Amino acid sequence: MADKHGSDSATSAGISVQTMEIVVALILFGLGGMVVFDSSRLGFRWVEDGPQAGYFPFYIGVFICVSSLVTLAQALFGKKRGGVFVEWAPLRQVFSVLVPAAIFVLGIQLIGIYVAAAAYIAVFMVWLGKYGWIKSVLLGVAVSAVMFMMFEVWFKVPLFKGGYNPLGFLGY
Amino acid sequence: MEEINALFHGFSVALTPFNLLLMFVGVTLGVLIGVLPGLGGANGIAILLPLTFTMEPTSAVIMLSCIYWGALFGGAITSILFNIPGEPWSVATTFDGYPMAQQGKAGEALTTAFTSSFIGAFFAVVMITFLAPLVAKFALQFGPPEFFAVFFLTFCSFIGMGKEPPFKIVAAMMLGFALAAVGIDTVTGQLRLIFGWHELMRGFDFLIAVIGLFGIGEILLSMEEGLSFSGRTAKIDPRIVIATWKKLPKFWLTSLRSCVIGCWMGITPGGATPASFMSYGIAKRMSPDGAKFGTGMPEGVVAPETAAHAAGTAALLPMISLGIPGSPTAAVLLGGLLIWGLQPGPLLFVEQKDFVWGLIASMYLGNIAGLIIVLTCVPLFAAILRVPFSIIAPVIIVICAVGAYTVHNAMLDIWLMLLFGVAGYAFKKLAYPLAPLVLALVLGDQAESAFRQAMLMSQGDVSIFFSNGLVGSIMALGLLMLLWPLLSKLKASLLRQR
Repeated sequence: MADKHGSDSATSAGISVQTMEIVVALILFGLGGMVVFDSSRLGFRWVEDGPQAGYFPFYIGVFICVSSLVTLAQALFGKKRGGVFVEWAPLRQVFSVLVPAAIFVLGIQLIGIYVAAAAYIAVFMVWLGKYGWIKSVLLGVAVSAVMFMMFEVWFKVPLFKGGYNPLGFLGY
Repeated sequence: MEEINALFHGFSVALTPFNLLLMFVGVTLGVLIGVLPGLGGANGIAILLPLTFTMEPTSAVIMLSCIYWGALFGGAITSILFNIPGEPWSVATTFDGYPMAQQGKAGEALTTAFTSSFIGAFFAVVMITFLAPLVAKFALQFGPPEFFAVFFLTFCSFIGMGKEPPFKIVAAMMLGFALAAVGIDTVTGQLRLIFGWHELMRGFDFLIAVIGLFGIGEILLSMEEGLSFSGRTAKIDPRIVIATWKKLPKFWLTSLRSCVIGCWMGITPGGATPASFMSYGIAKRMSPDGAKFGTGMPEGVVAPETAAHAAGTAALLPMISLGIPGSPTAAVLLGGLLIWGLQPGPLLFVEQKDFVWGLIASMYLGNIAGLIIVLTCVPLFAAILRVPFSIIAPVIIVICAVGAYTVHNAMLDIWLMLLFGVAGYAFKKLAYPLAPLVLALVLGDQAESAFRQAMLMSQGDVSIFFSNGLVGSIMALGLLMLLWPLLSKLKASLLRQR
């Protein structure tokens, strides 16, 4: 893997810290703006029977906006810290976990935690770990089975079975 | 001597065979959590919390706090054997611990680390035993303004003591408060900040945030670093333990100093991580062997480990005496109290004697259990680290998803967990601190209602926060903390001019 603390010219090899600082500060500013907006809808003043519902959040929102603006200004005009937030190759690694994880969550929604978990673990092992199919599927099913015993049978905490519930035949 | 009697009563509560079993289960799970990447004290407990809903509160808190002790111990194993800190507070342990392991003294380093951790925790527990009841008694006279002042001080301490840029600390903290405000307003019953999305009516549960920020975020970070574990092997036999124990007493001064630093940083929410760094730095400056630190000095393992454990334990003092947690993990335990139907705060010592003293007694016993387990089972835990990341990563994500779902049996929470994971990854890389965000999310509603009640008492006059000596001095201390980064900058520039 390349040196993470490479020279400034290496910014082309990934997303720069500065870009990321600006993006996060803008998102925070947006969230702060939403808080201020909704608080002023609820009322942030002092009325006869005390403070209105938006009284406290309003100032919270203002604080978020102000502090994110300062961070934004520092990122734009402050001393250039340079540096790479993440290079493309490690970013690909991150997405190779994040995207399957998102698909896994979608899977939970459709076919429930147990089946989705078994499939997710097996596919992940084959795809990123380069394990054989048989080994991977066995491990995925084993983890799911242990979870099933623990939650449904012993602790009686039912987990999400999904919109289609492929395990409905088990009677749980 | 009232405390001693109460403590013995606590032992009688904690010392049932079932509770002892839970202690050992808890510590073992905790070490496992501390060793695995992506699972830490805070989110490990958050995931297991729903399983304790039906348990008796005292047993539940004993098991969960033992998981916490275990996680504190576990961090040292990966630091020393693999040069990978399993937890942020064991980063400083790698400085001298890993060189010791490279020199073939892994057993000695581990024994030193575990024993120091134990001493630090023990010191902090003794302090809790005698100080917590006093603090709670004192706090019984607190009204809403005083409570808000304590909240204010807690949050300002993050700004004053944090290493991160102050405006990022404020942004992270306020984001936590904003998330806490989402949902039904407890005073007026109005819906706030849901923008017509009724599934958000319940608000954001901090357990989901903890699992996402710390769990998923950590996995993404580990993935980016392309972790491949290659570490030293270690065996601890009784001979090494005895030989190491014989050498340790000569570090008594470092040990005592680290205990004090740890306790102080744990009560004020500085936390275990800065405590370990600070203690290491001071030990390096004060020790006659200071120049040799970093090459594998046992003293360099004693200092951070003692302080980290003392801080981690002391963080529970404000949690049980005031209902204000000193760390994210303490916050999760506090969330547990609410779920088990206990109201945290100073009244706990009056109304729930069995629970409080059972918990304190279990701190003594849990740490002894922890020391026994880590000293005997190190090879086993080290073996787990050799399981490839491509197996561990999906299993941990599955565990996190299950944990997030069981909090409210809500599918939406799993999606939120994923979102918090991405946010945690970005925040960590850009030095936005996560601890103040989590604490603000936990304490947001209480802080807001304390603020509103205080303002109602004074009809909207802010001067109520300076109306008597007690509340005024807490607020003044808070303001000092708030302005600390500014003051220290001023001091530095004055010194430069001279």
